[in-house]
Amino acid sequence: MLPGLCRFHGLVSRALVPLAGRQVELKLLGCSANVQRARYATPATERKKFYRDVTISQGEGGLYEINLDRRKLKTPGGKLFTVPNEALAIAVATEWDAQKDTLKFYTMHLTTLCNTALDNPTQRDKDQIISAALKFLETDTVCYRVEEPPGLVELQKNEWDPVLEWIEKRYNVVIGSSYSIMGPQIPEETKDTFRQHLKSYNVWSLIGLEYVISQLKSVVLSLGLIDRHLTVEQAVLLSRLEEEYQIQHWGNVEWAHDYDMYELRARTAAGTLFVYLSSESATVKKKILQD
Amino acid sequence: MAGVRALGVYRGVLKELRNLQGSEYTQSMAYTHLREQFRSNQVTGERYCRAKKEALHTCQVYLCLLETTRLHMNLHQLYHGRGERGPEEVAQLVGLQMPTQPGGKGWEE
Repeated sequence: MLPGLCRFHGLVSRALVPLAGRQVELKLLGCSANVQRARYATPATERKKFYRDVTISQGEGGLYEINLDRRKLKTPGGKLFTVPNEALAIAVATEWDAQKDTLKFYTMHLTTLCNTALDNPTQRDKDQIISAALKFLETDTVCYRVEEPPGLVELQKNEWDPVLEWIEKRYNVVIGSSYSIMGPQIPEETKDTFRQHLKSYNVWSLIGLEYVISQLKSVVLSLGLIDRHLTVEQAVLLSRLEEEYQIQHWGNVEWAHDYDMYELRARTAAGTLFVYLSSESATVKKKILQD
Repeated sequence: MAGVRALGVYRGVLKELRNLQGSEYTQSMAYTHLREQFRSNQVTGERYCRAKKEALHTCQVYLCLLETTRLHMNLHQLYHGRGERGPEEVAQLVGLQMPTQPGGKGWEE
């Protein structure tokens, strides 16, 4: 059907476009020729590996750049790919080095995060990112409780309550949990406290944090992760608590459950590492000042 | 006890790096950086050292990242579909060939 449609378009374009617009017509013909020759089995997310060595170098301003063979890596927006610190640059270089034969961009999470931070395609400033991150607080996973089955109620109480207690004590806020479909009522002071806390992070860390929040669907768990209260495995388990309960009851399906769990863990780990490495220099400065 | 855990994490990351890079993983930047981090954060006094715990936690997160991307790729290769075949391949399956027209069809170049 598609070739037929292209032929129809070709006929129509030839009829309607005057001789002066022949360029448009040729482009249309070119388009349909591409469709005719498209190989359906080639996904657009993979490219052949076109380099052999990956090295990092320090450019102007102390920013680190990645070199693939002799060429410098660029972001999808066309800017030069620069990283503020060495550890992150090494991690990104290892990601590129780990590719074999084809480049699988969907496994290069750190590179994707750096690209987002550098290009800022949605053009958000710090406050907008913080608001977007805190919006998840109203629909936080850890705050939504069920009333039955009793096994799940018990599990939620034992696993999620300690985390809620920890964050309420650490940040001196009130969050609470709720059994209703509307969710918990978060007071304004809580949001203000979190907003003040998040303002102390730089833009890169905030982008990483927002990524982790959107993966785990929970602000509480993400803050627990970046405050090093939870490990990545624990945070992912708490985020998928109900799913784990159902798996224990009905059994594990490797190609769905394990696949999703590993992907979630990889993305969360990448986001958390991104936050640690982007905010690390800030942490060191604070320590020196306190001494 | 923290020492035992640190050893486990260190060996885990080294195993992942060896998996990724083959036998010359000792020359990679990641290996050098990792060794530096572990060595520099090792020697501390008896007091509670926050820097060591933070470095260890960061390393554990990195280990989780490397390990899970590898396991995810394995599952992906094992179970993920390979897409449909193109029309030429389908024709060759039954022993036929796609028709060609000398001079190309009207809309081809």
